[in-house]
This record gives sequence, C-alpha cells and structure tokens, in this order.
Amino acid sequence: MTLLATPGQTVGPFFHYGLPYEGDRDLVPPGSPGSVALRGQVFDGAGGGVQDALVEIWQTRPDGTVAHSPGSLRRDGWAFTGFGRASTGRDGQYAFSTLVPGPSEPGKAAFFAVTVFARGLLHRLFTRAYVPGDGAELAADPLLSSLPAERRQTLIAARGERGFVFDIHLQGARETVFLRFPGH
Amino acid sequence: MSGPAAPTLGSQTVISSEIAAIAAGYQETEGEENQPRLDYPPYRSTVLRHPTHVPIEVDPEAIERSAPCFGDRDVDPLDADLTIGHPGEPIGERILVTGRVVDGDGRPVRGQLVEIWQANAAGRYVHRRDQHPAPLDPNFTGAGRCLTDQEGGYRFQTIKPGPYPWRNHHNAWRPAHIHFSVFGTCFTQRLVTQMYFPGDPLFAFDPIYQSVVDQRARDRLVATYDHDLTSHEWAIGYRWDIVLTGSRRTLPESEDAR
Ligand SMILES: [Fe+2]
Repeated sequence: MTLLATPGQTVGPFFHYGLPYEGDRDLVPPGSPGSVALRGQVFDGAGGGVQDALVEIWQTRPDGTVAHSPGSLRRDGWAFTGFGRASTGRDGQYAFSTLVPGPSEPGKAAFFAVTVFARGLLHRLFTRAYVPGDGAELAADPLLSSLPAERRQTLIAARGERGFVFDIHLQGARETVFLRFPGH
Repeated sequence: MSGPAAPTLGSQTVISSEIAAIAAGYQETEGEENQPRLDYPPYRSTVLRHPTHVPIEVDPEAIERSAPCFGDRDVDPLDADLTIGHPGEPIGERILVTGRVVDGDGRPVRGQLVEIWQANAAGRYVHRRDQHPAPLDPNFTGAGRCLTDQEGGYRFQTIKPGPYPWRNHHNAWRPAHIHFSVFGTCFTQRLVTQMYFPGDPLFAFDPIYQSVVDQRARDRLVATYDHDLTSHEWAIGYRWDIVLTGSRRTLPESEDAR
C-alpha cells in the first residue's frame, strides 16, 4: 500500500506565536563548554534578508551518535536533544548555540541537517550545513564530491566567530543546494 | 463600504486568469503532482523565494533517517485545547479537529509532535504584523500542541478560524485554515501545511491553495465533516488525516532487495 502524501503549504507570515518557543535556538546554553554558534542569514533572489523565515536543525552529537532525548521544547540545560528551531530577524539572520556534530556514517562528512520554511515558500526545503574540516573528509564525501565546485561551496559552513556561518540563498547566483530524498 | 485600495495590487481577475492558465497547462501533462509548485507566480511572494535549480537527489544518512524525540515533558495535555487558558470562553464555533498521522505505507507515526496555529473566529491572528481590522479575542490565542498516540492519532479542541484578507492582490482573502506542523519518524518527513474546511467558497480564488495544481492532491488538504465526531450540544467535528512522504525504511534486507 502506498498512500499519497499530504501536500505542504507555506508557513505563512504569522507563525511566530505558534512555532518559536523559549530556548528553541539554544541546543546548549550559549557559552557553555563545547558550545559553538551556527548562524547565518536567509536571502531571497534579490539579495534581501528574509525576515519571516524559520530554520530548523537536527544533528548528531560530537561523537556522531543520534540523540533520542526528549526535551527540545522544555530544555533542562543538560540533555542534548539534537534539535533546534530559529526564526529569522529583520535582516534574515538566525543563530543557534549548539555542539559540533560528528559524522553519522563512516566515510561521510559531518553536517547539520537543515530545513527552511518561509512566507512565500510553498514547501519546506532540505539542505545540509557541512562542518568545515581539514578538507580531506569533505573532498571524500559522496554528496559534496558529486557537485560542481561553486555549488558544493553553498553546503559548507564558513568558520566564524565562536563557530560557523551558514548563509541560505533561496534563489540567485549563490543559490543554496537543496536536497530531495528518494520517495519525495 | 470597502477598505482602502492599494493601487499597486493586481486584481483578482488577473490572479484568477494566471491560476487558470497554470491549471490548463497542468491538464495537458501526463504527470501527477502531489506537492505545491514552489514557482507559482499568482502567489506573488514566491517570485523571489523559490529555488531555480532542481533539488539534488540524495540518500538520507543516519541522522536524516531519524527524527527529534518529544515526550510528556515537552507537551502538556492541556496544550491541545485552544479554548482554555483564558479567563473566559472564546467567541466562535467550537470545533474538534482529529485525525491520524501515518507514513506512506499507512503505518502510524507514534508519539510525535503536532503543532497548530490559527486565526480567531473573526479572521485575526495574535500577531503584530496582522493589520486586519477585525477584533482580537481576549479569550483566544490560537496556538496548540499535542503528541500523537499509539495509532498516530491527534486531537485538538478549538474554534473555527475565520477567513482573512491579505495583500497578495486586491480583495485577496484566504480560505479559513489551520496551520499544521508535523514531525515524522525521519527528519526527511518534516511537514508544514494548512488544513482547510470543506466547501469553502474562497478555494477557487486563493493562490496558496491553488499552488497544488492537482485537484486530488488539493482535496487531501481539506478536512471532512464527521457527524460521529460532532459532540451533542458541544462542538462540530472535523477529521483530517496526514500522510507523510515515504516510509520508514525499516524493511528487512530481503524485502529491501526486492
Ligand atoms: Fe494563515
């Protein structure tokens, strides 16, 4: 039996009292041991910041294992759940406080799984924010190595102050590589 | 009496003709499109916000084949009742909205998070950017959460949201809807969508609903009235099942290899 999927619809402009919650973007307390920032801006095709976007991340622990801990909605400051949510600010900026993910499979590079929602975006977008490494594991990664150099670069976070910077371009010359999974 | 006309906004006639042209083009294709088009110009805000590259097909890795875990500490059972938590009763038509979250194989998605948000009965959101001159209801916020049960079931008690105007074009009105956010057993099943009410006269005029170009797929966004769910002298019942993309990929090797 294969059921046809329920279609997506835009998150719209009024999600701010429905989806964000206290502590949503702080997977770990900012400044705690091992914490890093993952931040960036969401841009539209004219280079403008998207002020009504929502970015979610889902990631491994630093050792590459997957957390199965509840508590993302009511964080206790100790359990690492691997999930975070951040709505963008006026210039399209978002920021998370989190840990550096490890590779979830041997031979693959480590990344943050990312979904993007926005007013004017009719269905969620999936992408990956790869952790900038020494280059060897990024070069060996099957997804990254399959892409032309300029597009590959859109998936690799830059090193920034106290962490990483990952800008998301919905459209335009630097359009981010978005992903499609089998069965979609 | 009518509201102030914004001269830069197009007319419903223009939007409707664009919707009709896209629908006619779709009729000529053999394909079956189950999801909205990201590039759907009648919804003006999509113009600069849709990717132009074809997405890259990739096998999900272990992290993407799993999903965030939510539990009783995340969600209070009272969060599923949007009619409480205020000094008085909200104004409007009290409704029950229930259904199941399943994967593409019909298997229940158990213990997962469902979040909703919506306008009040007058079509007004509790949001600073909502400028619709309709009343706020001091007894209604319009956000709720629950966890699915062992059958994948969810259930909310709320009031029926009103239609509301928006600035896509002149005299643009959204059909009444409830926004839904759903998690699956894989992160790749993440879904944000909107549930509509049966027989809404605004369907034909709304570019967000019409961005799903296949009528059968659009129908899957519309709840059904359920008289057995309707509760005596209390509330009107609507049922709406949510099917997430794909399956959990937990088939045994032998079946996988078939
Ligand atoms: Fe809405």
